[in-house]
Amino acid sequence: MRAAVIVFPGSNRESDVVRALRRSGAQVSLVWHADHELPAGTDLAVLPGGFSYGDYLRCGAIAGRAAAMDAVRAHAARGGLVLGICNGFQILCESGLLPGVLMRNVNRRFICHRQTLRVERTDTRFTSAYRPGQVIDVCVAHGEGNYFADPETLARIEGEGRVAFRYCDAEGAITVEANRNGSLNAIAGVLSENRAVLGMMPHPENFVEDLIGGTDGRGLFDSLAA
Amino acid sequence: MKARIIVTLKNGVLDPQGKAIEAALKSLAIQGVEGVRQGKVFDIEVSATDASAAEATLRTACEKLLANTVVENYAIEIL
Repeated sequence: MRAAVIVFPGSNRESDVVRALRRSGAQVSLVWHADHELPAGTDLAVLPGGFSYGDYLRCGAIAGRAAAMDAVRAHAARGGLVLGICNGFQILCESGLLPGVLMRNVNRRFICHRQTLRVERTDTRFTSAYRPGQVIDVCVAHGEGNYFADPETLARIEGEGRVAFRYCDAEGAITVEANRNGSLNAIAGVLSENRAVLGMMPHPENFVEDLIGGTDGRGLFDSLAA
Repeated sequence: MKARIIVTLKNGVLDPQGKAIEAALKSLAIQGVEGVRQGKVFDIEVSATDASAAEATLRTACEKLLANTVVENYAIEIL
């Protein structure tokens, strides 16, 4: 597995995701946002979390039009894998690689806490190391994570089984309290039609080491590197 | 030529910032406010000298970057 992590001005989670990918056995290189190509042989492009371009205009709006994103779009058009975490998810929505948009959290606050997610499907390149319906303990840290799509788009996403993760309580129940940012249908992660592109607000890369307090994020990187 | 672009949230899209501003206005005892929706204004200088060419440029700017048409509408005024 060769992964290319795209770094934008204002990205700040690239080191963690590089570490998580390498831990699972991937070869990782960093790509600057102004580069026009991904390294030859790239299997997976990763858009890390952070505050690209200071969240100016809209979160992910300017990054979504960066030169490196043309290369990521071309990679996705060839069926290549793309993972966007947090700001990376916002960038994927802004760049047109995923439907919908991430709006301001419904409680108007930046939320930063541990979060349980229910794994909705395990027949993807991102989630095969998890069990169907498994509840994983990761964390979230964002101000704009409230997933929104128009009713037709939402119906299509659900009808095609493109929700990878939902916010849930510790028992796996989808509750209003567990969905603190107010996302439609408690959506925490969305797949593209061919399931090769995944965007998610929570941070699996934060929880890959016992020392840090959890390892439930490993499954995602182990799935990719398998 | 000067132009102004106004970007607003579409009807039905939740606007937590607008709600917070509405609550703040109420806390200032400003009477008669029934709702607030927050948007953005861009004042843009364009090199085109005729309005239709300017509008075409600005429409492209809105579609490609200034508005996210999933949740936002835009209006172009040539000043």
